[in-house]
Amino acid sequence: MSACAEPDLREETDLGLVRLTRVSPYLTVGGVVLTGVFLFVAGMGARRLLAPYAPTAMKLTTYECGVDPVGDGWAQTNVRYFLYAFLYVVFAVDAVYLFPWATVIRSADLGMASLAEMGIFIGVLLVGLAHAARRGLLRWV
Amino acid sequence: MIASLSGLTTEFVATKINYGAVLPMLVVFGAAMIGVLVEAFAPRAVRYGAQVGVALVGLVAAFMAVVLAVGHQGSTLAGAVVIDGPALFLQGTILALSVLSVLAMAERFDGIGADAFTAQGAAAPGSPQESAAVRAGATTTEVFPLTMFAIGGMLLFPAAGDLLTMFVALEVLSLPLYILSGLASRRRLLSQEASLKYFLLGAFSSAFFLFGAALLFGYSGSMDLGVIAKAIGTQSGMDGLLVPGVLLVLVGLLFKIGAVPFHSWTPDVYQGAPTPVTGFMAACTKVAAFGAILRFVYVGVGDSRWDWAPALWAVAILTMVVGAVLSITQTDVKRLLAYSSIAHAGFVLTGLLAFDRVGVSSVMFYVVAYGFSTIAAFAIVSLVRDGGSEATHLSQWAGLGRTHPIVAGAFAFLLLAFAGIPLTSGFTAKFAVFSAAIGHGATPLAVVGVLASAIAAFVYVRVIVLMYFTESGGDSVRVVPPSILTSAAVTIGVAMTLVLGVVPAPLLDLASRSALFLR
Repeated sequence: MSACAEPDLREETDLGLVRLTRVSPYLTVGGVVLTGVFLFVAGMGARRLLAPYAPTAMKLTTYECGVDPVGDGWAQTNVRYFLYAFLYVVFAVDAVYLFPWATVIRSADLGMASLAEMGIFIGVLLVGLAHAARRGLLRWV
Repeated sequence: MIASLSGLTTEFVATKINYGAVLPMLVVFGAAMIGVLVEAFAPRAVRYGAQVGVALVGLVAAFMAVVLAVGHQGSTLAGAVVIDGPALFLQGTILALSVLSVLAMAERFDGIGADAFTAQGAAAPGSPQESAAVRAGATTTEVFPLTMFAIGGMLLFPAAGDLLTMFVALEVLSLPLYILSGLASRRRLLSQEASLKYFLLGAFSSAFFLFGAALLFGYSGSMDLGVIAKAIGTQSGMDGLLVPGVLLVLVGLLFKIGAVPFHSWTPDVYQGAPTPVTGFMAACTKVAAFGAILRFVYVGVGDSRWDWAPALWAVAILTMVVGAVLSITQTDVKRLLAYSSIAHAGFVLTGLLAFDRVGVSSVMFYVVAYGFSTIAAFAIVSLVRDGGSEATHLSQWAGLGRTHPIVAGAFAFLLLAFAGIPLTSGFTAKFAVFSAAIGHGATPLAVVGVLASAIAAFVYVRVIVLMYFTESGGDSVRVVPPSILTSAAVTIGVAMTLVLGVVPAPLLDLASRSALFLR
């Protein structure tokens, strides 16, 4: 299936199978999607055929046991959960940029400039973090 | 796949940055950052003064940086930012208009914080949370850093050299505006509704923009406007990607200027947002968005205009006619000004469709003239009060000319400018866009524009008649005496409206000298 994933275009693998070097990448993607759909349908179909089906009103409720749900599904979410999104941006998204930077920090011509640029980048994030901390957003709620 | 893998192994080249060219944006973003720190660490008592000071100093310094950047023109940041004549002219315009907007936003009458904004945006109107926030001394000064971030995005918008930068600028300028529209201190529900509507529809339009950018990337293999322009001459047989791509990007941009049929958010948001913020949006957002449209259309996809310009013609005609006709039925001053701003967007599109250097300069002159008038008009609206809240219903403005002759006179003068009466900037600006259209094959648009102006003039004259020749309904409506801040904003706005109407030549010259895009 992975005709285009590797740069070398060997016609034959170790197992002796001939690869399809001329297959369009779109065909590969389409094949993967179709296989996925087939696996899902096969799994659900097999369950439907094999499992016994004897519904009662109790069994059809969302929770068969535990505390009865109160109210309906459309409820207001507390706005303080934005805190998690905020912390995620500050601590996780910056890591996305820090990892590639780690590969060039030792290079002679990029090292110092990239260090300064990263300092500015993290400084900007720290301003946001300082603001959040001063507003008491980092206290556990 | 193979090509992209081998591309990874090539040497990474650090981009050169022309700091002189991007200094205005750096100054504004730096001031916004300082504003965030002031908000976090300065004691409440000094916060208001510090924030207004930081914002105004930052804007003035950025304006001076724009003047200095004239010597640093060129493409920088690997083509992501292009600082050329139109970019600098529009950046200067945005900064000058922003100073007036910040002055209007800072108005606090005799309160402790900026008057137009609520202390806690998340609290329901009249709720215990809100009164608790006021008792605890919550301030309204966050609006200044938010405004500065929006201004930073606006500066980047007309200078964006590729579609991705343009998208980032679009989001940077939009996100603070979504928040600002929801912070009105009175009529909170209307304001929150405006904020939500603006956010949802803005998100839709951003999606359109991105989809169009993706199609153009598929067409040309690049996000860079210059490369897209080159591909239009050489790439053949892919028009199925080009034309939908151009139209989808234009949908995203036309949404921001409130062109029909992408205008439905404009009246609601202009009505619900705090009045100084409405003035800021009507003036500065329009300047930035028209700058982006100019760059996209003139630098990027202008060579294929025969394929999509008819759609833009239809949008321009619809915008002028619908904006003018629907403004007749309005009974709320802010909604009336919103529909008027829609009609004005149509007039500006007329100049843009000239597809000539004269078109660029006429558009740039128009947004300056309209920006100064509209900020002053909204600043005056924020002064007319009934009880605690703004008297925005037209019937409440009856007889204002007798009770408050100076304010009513200034507002009447601004309305005459919107109508395009000679000796106001509105006349010069309309003359510039219509003559550009007539000179370059868009005469039908100019004819529609003149007719729409006549319809709109009726609306403005009706308001003037209401103010001067109708008995006032009650005497509870009064004009709150403004402080030096709003007075300055209104005075400068009215003065510029007059000056640009009487001696427009210097600014027209500057506009036509800086109307050349760097390709």
